[in-house]
Amino acid sequence: MTAAVKSTGVFWAVVRRDIKLAWSQGGTGTMALSFFLIAVSLFPFGVGPEPQMLARIAAGVIWVVALLACLLSLDRLFQADFEDGSLDDLALSPIGMMGIAAAKTLAHWISTVLPLVVMAPLLAMLMQLPNEGYLLLVISLLIGTPALSLFGAIGAALTVSVRRGGVLMSLLVLPLYIPTLIFGVGAVDAVILSADPTPHLALLGAVTLVGIVVSPFATAAALRLSLE
Amino acid sequence: MHRFANPAQFNRLADKILPWAIAITVITLVVGLYYALFASPEDYQQGSSVRMMYVHVPAAWMAMFVYGVLAVSGFVALVWKHPLALISGKAAAPIGAVFTLLALITGSLWGKPMWGTYWEWDGRMTSVLVLFFFYLGYMALWQGIEDEDKAGKATSILALVGVVNLPIIKFSVEWWNTLHQPASVMRLDGPTIHTDMLIPLLTLAVAYKAYFVVVFLWRMKLEINERKISALAQAANVKVHHYGG
Repeated sequence: MTAAVKSTGVFWAVVRRDIKLAWSQGGTGTMALSFFLIAVSLFPFGVGPEPQMLARIAAGVIWVVALLACLLSLDRLFQADFEDGSLDDLALSPIGMMGIAAAKTLAHWISTVLPLVVMAPLLAMLMQLPNEGYLLLVISLLIGTPALSLFGAIGAALTVSVRRGGVLMSLLVLPLYIPTLIFGVGAVDAVILSADPTPHLALLGAVTLVGIVVSPFATAAALRLSLE
Repeated sequence: MHRFANPAQFNRLADKILPWAIAITVITLVVGLYYALFASPEDYQQGSSVRMMYVHVPAAWMAMFVYGVLAVSGFVALVWKHPLALISGKAAAPIGAVFTLLALITGSLWGKPMWGTYWEWDGRMTSVLVLFFFYLGYMALWQGIEDEDKAGKATSILALVGVVNLPIIKFSVEWWNTLHQPASVMRLDGPTIHTDMLIPLLTLAVAYKAYFVVVFLWRMKLEINERKISALAQAANVKVHHYGG
């Protein structure tokens, strides 16, 4: 009984600690958010400011840039703890490596990805997204982005001991992100073209569920490997 | 299972299989190519460009088959810690990448006369491209981690996670109903293409598989020998140092 209480306590302590770190000075939270804002606003310069054109690509652009912002922040997910040795300590905690992996992934989603979702409607406005798309954009991001953190954590854990592993990590993680991207944008596009978005949302949810099942296992295994 | 964990045993077995595999590769390749390029009928719609199929389709099958090899050896490596499984993925990956690239290139060359475009972002082509990226990532991870044992385990994890993408490739032709035709050979109700075309296609599919076996065994043997040499060199260095000091 007390052990169980202690375990959940440790889990949430790790989550709180990582969220705090992400938003402290030099953390990845503000960086990812600024990148999201700047990168999306580059598109009207790149493709031209015609409202129809922007409206057509709005959902895709926001999803792709959210995905890249997430990737950018994943680089440091385990690296700092790995370098200063705290990962060895965390591995010995009562929740084990899998618990640590899950806690850190959850913290990444709350601290870095959730702010992107909150910001998305503002960017959707700048990108002239049709009105009926707003709700679905936020819903699809809420359902789909956990998969980005989950699959990203695997890539981050696999490359944690590799010097300058950031580029390698993008190579590993981006192919795993593609289903999420397809179904996420598909849901928003469906509702704009007045079709039924539920199949897309269901598949998006399925990808996230697969991530929830697979990711803590794989991430923990990869982290244990780099600590050997 | 661990009987073949002994590299010498594996080398003996490989040496027994290799001549047969080479013979099958040469015979099926020659026969298959003759039928495919000369003796098989032209398609009533596609004319002679249908012959592209005999190169393209087996390559696409191999692209997915080799991925299966990566995933299975990853599974065996992680669960039973089998030393050969740890390196079989490394041996297979570049072959898989080349088959995938071949499928993409021949598909694109076939697409130009048939669909009027080299590239179309349809479900099948896109997912095969993703598969190609995946092979690149897998090989990059092998190179990125110096410790061979660690690299083997890390890539095994990656290969197993990447299995998520396989069903997407398989069902892409049904989910995105675009240019690419749906499956016509691998069907539950039997193939829908004519026997005169099916026979050279299957012959060449066997040729590709046998070729894979040949190159795969070569690469496995090479990898094992390389490790033996570096282990010997290391041992020699230590000794030299020891006596010198």
